[in-house]
Amino acid sequence: MKARSALLLGSLGAALVAFALTSPRVVAADKVDPVADAKAFQNFFFQKFPNVKHEDFVNGPYSMNADMKRQWQEKEEFPPYEFALDAGKDMFTTPFKNGKTYADCFPNGGIGIRQNYPYFDTKEGKVVTLELALNRCREANGEAPYSYVKDEMASLTAYMAFTSRGKPMDIKIPDDPRALAAFENGKRYFYTRRGQMNFSCASCHVQSPGERIRAEILAPALGILNAMPIYRSEWSGMGTTSRRFVTCNSQTRAVPLEPQADEYRDVEYFLSYVANGLPISGPGARP
Amino acid sequence: MKWSFVLAMLLAPMLALGLAPAARAANEADYKAAYAAADAASKEAAGLRHQWTVTVSALAAAKKAGDGGDFDRAVAAAREAEALAKASIFQATSEKEAWKAMEIR
Amino acid sequence: MASSIRVRATANGDTTEVQALIQHPMDSGFVKDSKGELIPAHFIQELKFECNGKDVFIADWGTAVSKDPYVKFSFKGARKGDDLKVSWTDNKGASDTTTAKIS
Repeated sequence: MKARSALLLGSLGAALVAFALTSPRVVAADKVDPVADAKAFQNFFFQKFPNVKHEDFVNGPYSMNADMKRQWQEKEEFPPYEFALDAGKDMFTTPFKNGKTYADCFPNGGIGIRQNYPYFDTKEGKVVTLELALNRCREANGEAPYSYVKDEMASLTAYMAFTSRGKPMDIKIPDDPRALAAFENGKRYFYTRRGQMNFSCASCHVQSPGERIRAEILAPALGILNAMPIYRSEWSGMGTTSRRFVTCNSQTRAVPLEPQADEYRDVEYFLSYVANGLPISGPGARP
Repeated sequence: MKWSFVLAMLLAPMLALGLAPAARAANEADYKAAYAAADAASKEAAGLRHQWTVTVSALAAAKKAGDGGDFDRAVAAAREAEALAKASIFQATSEKEAWKAMEIR
Repeated sequence: MASSIRVRATANGDTTEVQALIQHPMDSGFVKDSKGELIPAHFIQELKFECNGKDVFIADWGTAVSKDPYVKFSFKGARKGDDLKVSWTDNKGASDTTTAKIS
């Protein structure tokens, strides 16, 4: 009896000490500091996987597993996204009914600019992703927007990513409180648990990259968007960033948000910013 | 003294489980009340952007059973949906601060 | 419309290694669409590779082959510069063909 209450008191004491130790850090984190966040984020992965070359993180599960990497390298000789890439190039260069093309909507004619997306639009006060910008371009030219989760959108972004391969991700956070708020909101979305499974994005992609979830190997969160869009063998087709978010949500038994909802735009902003400096590797191929 | 307490602890849930449902079958009013409560909780969860897929399907199952006149099943499904929705609301509320524990810094 | 067949053949000494990727839905006939209706079977029945007038590889395929199939094999007796003709026919009578130079 005595021993047990002593034990109870002891663990209570330990919990109090632990609380006292952690609480100052929580207070300090209230200021939004994207530069420090990105540094800490990258260091976490670099230290967790000291043998993975920094630029290799963008290759997702292949950076974590030698056997999968061999299979992928063989597959890359004849990648499954090739058809989408060709279709994307055709679509990109074919003029709209009004004679204009996608190139008219983007800086540098849309070539080699994937690393600058998403960006914070100071006029709109919101994050603009590449997928969103493409559909806005279509609508501005009198064309119906594409579905964010289907093949056409993925083909277009596949081509745009391909022309930007190897360029380091270069996301800017302008000096605007709304941009900082968007970054912070994306961060919150990334770490917030949701769905009946009580999973956050971080539960898989920070805590367990390289581990198996059923037959799959989890990709690290660092550089995970650099490979977008992806040909997913599981889907027998291409997937956009929107599709990836929506599917991740429903797998944790959370009702997904509508594609390009503010939260998704913000989380894309956060994840891309913390991957600054890592090369664009999309379009990617994943099992 | 101690034993009687244990016995009571064991008996109480058995009584609750075994006797209460046998009292009477659920009727339409029970279903409507249970469904309204579940629907309200589910809407609150959706408003918090923390809806669960299982809540939506339990609610749909309740409606289907209710429309078919199977009120026992409808009430059970509605209560399940309400419990799930409440759990998701709890998740949304606690995660307002709890997410920071996961953060890399 | 671009060809549905991508092929690459490389001669290395006596053997030629061939890789091909074909765009085809390869519907098994057991999958339902979003409205719950069965998607009818639609698959490649025969895939053929010919080199110098001789068949070097013939595959009789069924519904068990996955969408956008990939094939890799090697054969002997061809040289750099020879033509490799690839063709497929599916169960709806559609077909496609392409010719690649062995490099």
